[in-house]
Amino acid sequence: MKQIRPAQRVSAIARLVTAVVVGLVMMFPLYWMVTLAFSPNADVFSRELRIWPSSWTLDNFRTIFSSFPTATWFGNSVVITAIVTVLTVTGNLLAGYAFAKLDFRGKGTLFLLVLSTMMIPVQVLMVAQFRLVTELGIYGTFWAVILPSAASAFGIFLARQFIIAIPDELIEAAKVDGAGTVRIFLQIVLPLCKPLIAVLVLLTVMYQWNDFAWPLIALKDSQLFTLPIGLLYLRGQYGADYGAIMALALVSITPIIVMFLAFQKYFVQGLARSGIR
Amino acid sequence: MSAGTSSREESTDDTGPPPSPAITPAAAPGRASRRQRATLAAYGFLAPNLVLLGVFLFLPLAWAFLISFQESNGFGASGWVGLDNYRRLVTDPTFWRSALNTATFTLLTVPLSLALGLGLAVLMNSVLPGRRLFRTLIYLPMVISGVATALMGVLLFDEATGIINKLLRGGGLAGIPWQSQGSAAFASIILVTLWIRVGFNMVIYLAGLQGISPELYEAARLEGATSWQQFRYLTVPLVGPSTFFLLIMDVIYSFQIFDTIFVMTGGGPGRSTSVLVTYAYENGFVTRDQSYAAAIGIVIFLLTLSFTAIQWRGNRSRDTVG
Repeated sequence: MKQIRPAQRVSAIARLVTAVVVGLVMMFPLYWMVTLAFSPNADVFSRELRIWPSSWTLDNFRTIFSSFPTATWFGNSVVITAIVTVLTVTGNLLAGYAFAKLDFRGKGTLFLLVLSTMMIPVQVLMVAQFRLVTELGIYGTFWAVILPSAASAFGIFLARQFIIAIPDELIEAAKVDGAGTVRIFLQIVLPLCKPLIAVLVLLTVMYQWNDFAWPLIALKDSQLFTLPIGLLYLRGQYGADYGAIMALALVSITPIIVMFLAFQKYFVQGLARSGIR
Repeated sequence: MSAGTSSREESTDDTGPPPSPAITPAAAPGRASRRQRATLAAYGFLAPNLVLLGVFLFLPLAWAFLISFQESNGFGASGWVGLDNYRRLVTDPTFWRSALNTATFTLLTVPLSLALGLGLAVLMNSVLPGRRLFRTLIYLPMVISGVATALMGVLLFDEATGIINKLLRGGGLAGIPWQSQGSAAFASIILVTLWIRVGFNMVIYLAGLQGISPELYEAARLEGATSWQQFRYLTVPLVGPSTFFLLIMDVIYSFQIFDTIFVMTGGGPGRSTSVLVTYAYENGFVTRDQSYAAAIGIVIFLLTLSFTAIQWRGNRSRDTVG
């Protein structure tokens, strides 16, 4: 190894120090959430500075599970996220394949139209979507959350970008062997799309699990709430009982954090891919 | 759908083993119908998405326009009032305050998230012990729900019991009135937004940086360029496409900021943190003036659209689609 000049060593240390400071700042809110979730109430309301709980307790978790339908909210989030993910990812793969590999009338225009939907802010549609689900008679049900959420163009774009890179020769060869469009999709394209499917599933799950504004509008019965709405509801009922609120917040973010840590590579790939275009 | 295509192809297989000469001449007369069948198959694949997008995006968009020209009576639209809702917007101080707040928020958060994102990406792209861990710590807030992050913000910035004011007071300083004073409340929202948003910017910039060839830096170093010059004249221009993409994404994100403000301040104190989206929500689902809310929504849409169009034109040289 070459000798390291002092200037280089200084800059290496400066970089490490910066990284440590940034890391601590980024982690602090999460650390604080965990701390408060396991702290007795007296700590939460004390006016003195305390960075470590005076004792660790599960009281806050007992409270949220006994006084609120926390388990139900968790289940609702799971069910809604699962259905939205299946619908969205299936639709995205089908449409992505059509845009990437099929030749049809109106393809360019249609693709632009689909892309343009990414420009429509969800909030613009709030009122009209609310009226729509009311007219359809599904307001207040899971379907009111699921169907509009499954109408998303972002995944179509990712799917198209991925599938377009599959060599045409593979598809031509299958055609020569007599495979139809559906068989080519199921037997040639899909097996090659595993990384794409992973990315789409993770991004959709993350988005749906965390979605707030639309479920807030579409649901009314507290038994049907998802976790983010439940969290807000809990805050409305408990005011400043930060211990309980942080316990529920922790319950609500843990699955997504575990998933993120386990599949980080795909998450980051998916996000990065959206930027490379 | 595909049965037609495959049976046709199978029949060519029956007539002779070498497929290529059989297909080309046969394709010429049957070309129109083949193309029609292909179009039909393609629309079959597109149908699930097109139906959902049509019913739940395009229809509500058109409907939103209609509603914004109507009068609402609490729960439904009634009479046709033309541009009345839009005229009311022009003279509504809360609307202007919210529009101004949206603009200020965007002008502050977008450059800051870009600069911090790029700075961190450069740092995380350099030789650094434990950089995978550091990267993970920076992404992490972005996967957490907006409500949870906002509640963490509420907790940290609470005037009486929040840790930030406790630290300030512990250091002999005065606490900052995060809840009672407008500009402090605005600042707290920006800090929480940056905390959530910086990770995304870093991811995109990292991907951009990894596409730059190291030889360029090697050459610059041989020419005697300082690290700052390398950053200014190589890195910044070369991550231009990432900046372009992030600019659009970050501006759209900022125009549409909702969860953080709704949970942290509810637009207060007074109207100091009210933005267009929270104001639209308030009109649509609290005071139930849905037509007026729809009109605000249309304004947000037009703003987003014109910003994107300007950006798109400015960056035409780049092939962004495909």
